Amino acid sequence: MKAVKQWKQHILAGGVALAILGLGAPAFAADTVKIAEVVELTGPGATAGTNFKNGADLAIKEINAAGGILGRQIVTTSADTQTNPGIAKGLAQKAIDDDAFAVFGPVFSGSIMVSMATTEAAKVPNFIGGEAAAITEKGNPYVFRTSLTQADAMPKVARYLDGRKDINSIAVIFVNNDFGKGGRDAIIEALKSTHVKVVADVSTSTGQVDFSSAVLKAKQSNADAIFAYLNEEESARLLRELKKQGWDKPVIGETTLTGQKVIDLAGPAAEGAIAHVGLTVDAPLPGLKKFSTDFQKAYGYVSDHNGIKGYTAAYILKAAIEKAGKFDRELVAKTLHGIHISAKDHPGVLMDVSIDDKGDLDRESFLVQVVDGRQKVTEILPPLGRK
Amino acid sequence: MATGAIYALAALGFTLLWQASGTINFATGEFVMLPAFSMLAFQALGLPLLASFALTLVVATAVLGYGFKRAIVDPMRKYGVMPLVVATIGLALIMRSGVQLSFGAQALPFQNIFGYEVFSFAGVNVSAGDLGTLAVTLVVVLGLQAFLQRTVTGRAMQAVAQNTESAEVLGIRVNRMIFYTFAINAMLATLAALLVTPLYLAKFDMGITLGLKAFLAAIIGGFNNSRGALLGGVIIGVSENLLGAYVSSAYKDGAALALFMLVILFKPNGLLGAPTERKV
Repeated sequence: MKAVKQWKQHILAGGVALAILGLGAPAFAADTVKIAEVVELTGPGATAGTNFKNGADLAIKEINAAGGILGRQIVTTSADTQTNPGIAKGLAQKAIDDDAFAVFGPVFSGSIMVSMATTEAAKVPNFIGGEAAAITEKGNPYVFRTSLTQADAMPKVARYLDGRKDINSIAVIFVNNDFGKGGRDAIIEALKSTHVKVVADVSTSTGQVDFSSAVLKAKQSNADAIFAYLNEEESARLLRELKKQGWDKPVIGETTLTGQKVIDLAGPAAEGAIAHVGLTVDAPLPGLKKFSTDFQKAYGYVSDHNGIKGYTAAYILKAAIEKAGKFDRELVAKTLHGIHISAKDHPGVLMDVSIDDKGDLDRESFLVQVVDGRQKVTEILPPLGRK
Repeated sequence: MATGAIYALAALGFTLLWQASGTINFATGEFVMLPAFSMLAFQALGLPLLASFALTLVVATAVLGYGFKRAIVDPMRKYGVMPLVVATIGLALIMRSGVQLSFGAQALPFQNIFGYEVFSFAGVNVSAGDLGTLAVTLVVVLGLQAFLQRTVTGRAMQAVAQNTESAEVLGIRVNRMIFYTFAINAMLATLAALLVTPLYLAKFDMGITLGLKAFLAAIIGGFNNSRGALLGGVIIGVSENLLGAYVSSAYKDGAALALFMLVILFKPNGLLGAPTERKV
């Protein structure tokens, strides 16, 4: 009698377990593919991370509405790194444990340097928003950029400065994190072959609120111009301080300096700032114009370059999966190396783009100046591959 | 000096609350952050900056003055300084999280009341913002000193600060005087928000640095002396900028801490602070 009772209990327990498994399993059935967004939604990287996430979400919504990737709908999870590399690493591991097919983010280079080892170990393609040159110099075959690397962007800035005969000396103001240090090293190296001399090298910190001493130091150097390379909010604070201290010489930067969020935060202080940007919604290209309109309609504000990074990341992944023909992470990563995606065949990538064997990408870029609170493209620069 | 003047305004809040009620308010930075967002909210309703500031003064007096006193300080005071310190740290976290949830984590622009004009005096460029900040701070600190020393209410507040029991025996309405101190503190925080937010940008965590610098300024100047707060703030502001400009801006944030350590070692009561006796 006792044995029968135990047998019944086992049957009951087994039934419950099967029911739980049966109910749980269909949530991520074979008709979906998961993308995990591991981005900076709070902390100093909130502006960059939020834009990146919103851009990716917009693209994923469009892809799903058009039938998904190879018939599968994309499901996303979103997690906040708090701009903390340690948390970013933990969240990357969680994304892998949750069986994400690809990880999008982080955007801050310091977080990427820590988290990308986790996605590499799990062989999960990782689309990142960082620009520090060191990221793709570590031989990680699963990390893919969504913007130009500093090593490619800074020579373009140096070439522009070399053409400005009114600028013979420059003060470099940079943020002392992986992103800023990488940019500072790259621009100083690139300027060595030009007539422009670096006369001040001013370090600032992430999240810094008071830039009065940094500006004072730049002014004391009597430089003809400032090269500013900081994250978004710090760029805005620097521009406000420069305006406050009456700086009337050129302020030149790369990408972040003239981002739309920086322009909004700095207000009139951003007027006249010049930058080389890899991506801008103000570029005279139909794809980018459409993206800009759709993004503004969806989120109520103008996207910065990080929004474009997130958006194009989803379409680059889609193009690679379609080219690979199946949902195989290793095969997709291999396909991405050396891929060329044309905007004609894949309008979502917005501009023709090539990815090399290190995960760096190449495409056209722009020289812009802030005029009346918007970026005005003054020159379109060809991809480095075309020269 | 303008940077220091802003630290001084916030530091003044530390010293006032300490003198009046033995409260060390570690939410001082957040007391500056909250009015900044209140002004932004009023501006979003279509009000000009000055009207938003005036309305925020009223709201801050009610919430950060009366509300803070009744909800946190009054019930906690009897347990001593430490529980109150912990309570204000908790309050700071709640305020930051609340603003983050309501306004988001991204920084928001804030209008500069003095504009961006730059004047040149004997080859030195001074901005309207710096001049305005200095002038406003000076007027407020001198006005506060005059109020505390030359009016009956001000003297009553000082009497409460020096000896609550004796003040009560003399017929001073102690509770009301303490509330006045909290109200002044809330208004000073609102003024600091108006001056500092155009540069710091409105963000939920903008008060962290400011709160720390103000605390250090109050200790350097003397925790039981309002003029000490002004001195401490200006010393920190000036030394930060001198160190940043002539040595390296990488050491800028260390200036306040280095000064703090020197003062604690050689003049523990602060530069203008007086020794206080404690009942045992």
